[in-house]
Amino acid sequence: MKPVEPLFRPGERVRVMKAYPLGHVRTPYYIRGARGVIERLCGAFANPEELAQMRDGLPARPLYRVRFLQREVWPDYRGSCDDTVDVEIFQHWLERT
Amino acid sequence: MGGLPAGPVQRTEHEYAEWERRVDALMVLLSGVFGGKRLMTVDELRKNIEALGPEAYDAMGYYERWVSAIAQTMLQRGVITTEELARKMLEVERREAG
Repeated sequence: MKPVEPLFRPGERVRVMKAYPLGHVRTPYYIRGARGVIERLCGAFANPEELAQMRDGLPARPLYRVRFLQREVWPDYRGSCDDTVDVEIFQHWLERT
Repeated sequence: MGGLPAGPVQRTEHEYAEWERRVDALMVLLSGVFGGKRLMTVDELRKNIEALGPEAYDAMGYYERWVSAIAQTMLQRGVITTEELARKMLEVERREAG
């Protein structure tokens, strides 16, 4: 089965879906709802949410490394204001801002 | 919870909220007792309520446990996906926020 086409390019601004469904989700809680920038496309991988339910997770979904500003992720962040954190997030958890 | 000491049974009747009635109806429909397709069994409901863990079990109300277990069963059976559930929850949240 053909993988889902990538929608985002490096440098594009995205927002992580702020949702808390049941099931096995790889998008960390702390990053849901945050805004970041696409750093790179990592490839396409079977959807872990479906793999966890013993299905094949196909078509494969694009996975991105997304870069966020630490001070926007953690309200009480005390480090440098340029500090970033990279999180790998599947395309279906991202929307263009 | 099964096997643990508990106080006396509260025998007071109470009104059900509309959403609680809907959850009950949902279970009836998904069980296929009126001839529809059977999409879950009461045993799956129980299995997924037991899988909530003691903390969530205590914190949730009776029909909250039901609706959580029903959603879990639908995910396990592939009737809905986690992604669809996430998007629907967002849609409802946005609708309620006006």
